[in-house]
Amino acid sequence: MKLIIATIKPFKLEEVREALTDIGVRGMMVTEIKGFGSQSGHTEIYRGAEYAVNFVPKIKLEIAVSAAMADQVVDAITKAARTGKIGDGKIFVLDIQQAMRVRTGETNDDAL
Amino acid sequence: MNPMLKLGLAATLIVLPQMGLAQDTEAVPGFDEIGPYIMTTLLFCIAGFLVFFMAAGFAMLEGGLVRSKNVTMQMTKNIGLYSFAAIMYWLIGFNLMYPGDGWTIAGWVGPFFSQTVLDPVGVAAADADLGYASIGSDFFFQLVFVAATASIVSGALAERIKLWPFLIFVILLTGVMYPISGSWQWGGGWLAEAGFSDFAGSTVVHSVGGWAALAGAIVLGPRIGKYGKDGKVTPIPGSNLALATLGTFILWLGWFGFNGGSQLAMGTVGDVSDVSRIFANTNMAAAAGAVTALILTQLMYKKPDLTMVLNGALAGLVSITAEPLAPTLFGALWIGAVGGVIVVLTVPMLDRFKIDDVVGAIPVHLFAGIWGTIAVVFYGSANIVTQLMGIAAYGVFTFVGSLIVWFIIKAAMGLRVDEETEINGLDMSEMGMEAYPEFSKS
Repeated sequence: MKLIIATIKPFKLEEVREALTDIGVRGMMVTEIKGFGSQSGHTEIYRGAEYAVNFVPKIKLEIAVSAAMADQVVDAITKAARTGKIGDGKIFVLDIQQAMRVRTGETNDDAL
Repeated sequence: MNPMLKLGLAATLIVLPQMGLAQDTEAVPGFDEIGPYIMTTLLFCIAGFLVFFMAAGFAMLEGGLVRSKNVTMQMTKNIGLYSFAAIMYWLIGFNLMYPGDGWTIAGWVGPFFSQTVLDPVGVAAADADLGYASIGSDFFFQLVFVAATASIVSGALAERIKLWPFLIFVILLTGVMYPISGSWQWGGGWLAEAGFSDFAGSTVVHSVGGWAALAGAIVLGPRIGKYGKDGKVTPIPGSNLALATLGTFILWLGWFGFNGGSQLAMGTVGDVSDVSRIFANTNMAAAAGAVTALILTQLMYKKPDLTMVLNGALAGLVSITAEPLAPTLFGALWIGAVGGVIVVLTVPMLDRFKIDDVVGAIPVHLFAGIWGTIAVVFYGSANIVTQLMGIAAYGVFTFVGSLIVWFIIKAAMGLRVDEETEINGLDMSEMGMEAYPEFSKS
């Protein structure tokens, strides 16, 4: 089992969701986050004074899938979220040690 | 029998049927006699309601421009200041500002221990002030003006001043300082005799609030984090620009009462027409101030700044307040537009002096107020030297007086909350309640 954590540009969320449901992903967790990477921040002006926006709004996706499916998911997110401009986001893949579906008590791959 | 007399008779018969036909034999006053009194009293009541609602406008503007952790405190200051002002203006202010023949020092200071007394219940026409309006309507109309002055101060000093020291200042401002300086002009004092002209209070009301706010902002110091050690300005964005916009529109609405009511008469064709002329000019000046700020911020900063556009509308309103009647619509347009320019240029200027004015009250009410008072010379009959003398007199009296009061309050009980309270927000530390408990804090 793999946990895929992806940060994407907020306006790409719907495209990514569609791409993932198309390949059979049946669940995901979505969080609105702020952060910075190589895009870094930018400056804005409020009442005549310039200020730095150090953290850029992003969407964080967390998707748990079977190990066999992980590459396909990473590929789908990459294709759907890419604009080619700085700040498109990052994808991390982690191992999951255990999974449990609360309602039925099913474990691991069955719980996904 | 003229038509108005018939109308008056009919009304009397409808209201007082039990008195029957006995009324026919008594002389009923005609419109020429009592009409102006009734119409002017009505003007004061309606204009007074509108100016009263400006208290809501100030509250929403300030509530939107402070951070969410200070909103409960800001609302408390707003309803507190209005209510204290209402009581102080009865207790001392009204008669101190309008002494009639009761000056303590002729032309300079009125009576201190004279409370307002209303007309008796059901006053007879013979006993009413038929050349003017009822005392109740006049008192109410003047009282809502003083509350506007105090509201100006609360916005500038937001997010760091303690509740009670602020309210003590408001009591002194509304009970003593504003009425004394107001009497110089509107009470028929020395400035009125010198020929100073300030129709609805660009100086008497707005710059007085601005001077008091400026003195307070200097004594109080800026909010933590606003100015860096290297002189860099760190903006502190407000919590709700929809509320700030609503507040601005409410103030705009209230201003029709503020300026229109200041015609102080509605009993003739000329007067009622002038009131409408004032409405149109007031609206034009506000629109011009807003448009100017919109275009200027777009050009200067690449993106328009809504908070500046809101301030620009208010600056336009303050600018036209000293003479909303005489200018043409084009005159109101350019006078208001200059107000918008003043705001956009002076908000960053105050920051360079490290004077932290949370809502832009000083640029809007003081700087645009000075401009509006000068602008009277273009359309009114005022003399520039007299106008500058009046501006200086109000500036010296209010700024120095306020500085002294602020320093005394600071020495006696402190003005600022401590650092931890300021960072945590005044709502939880000073009030024990949040304005938006279910939302995340900023």
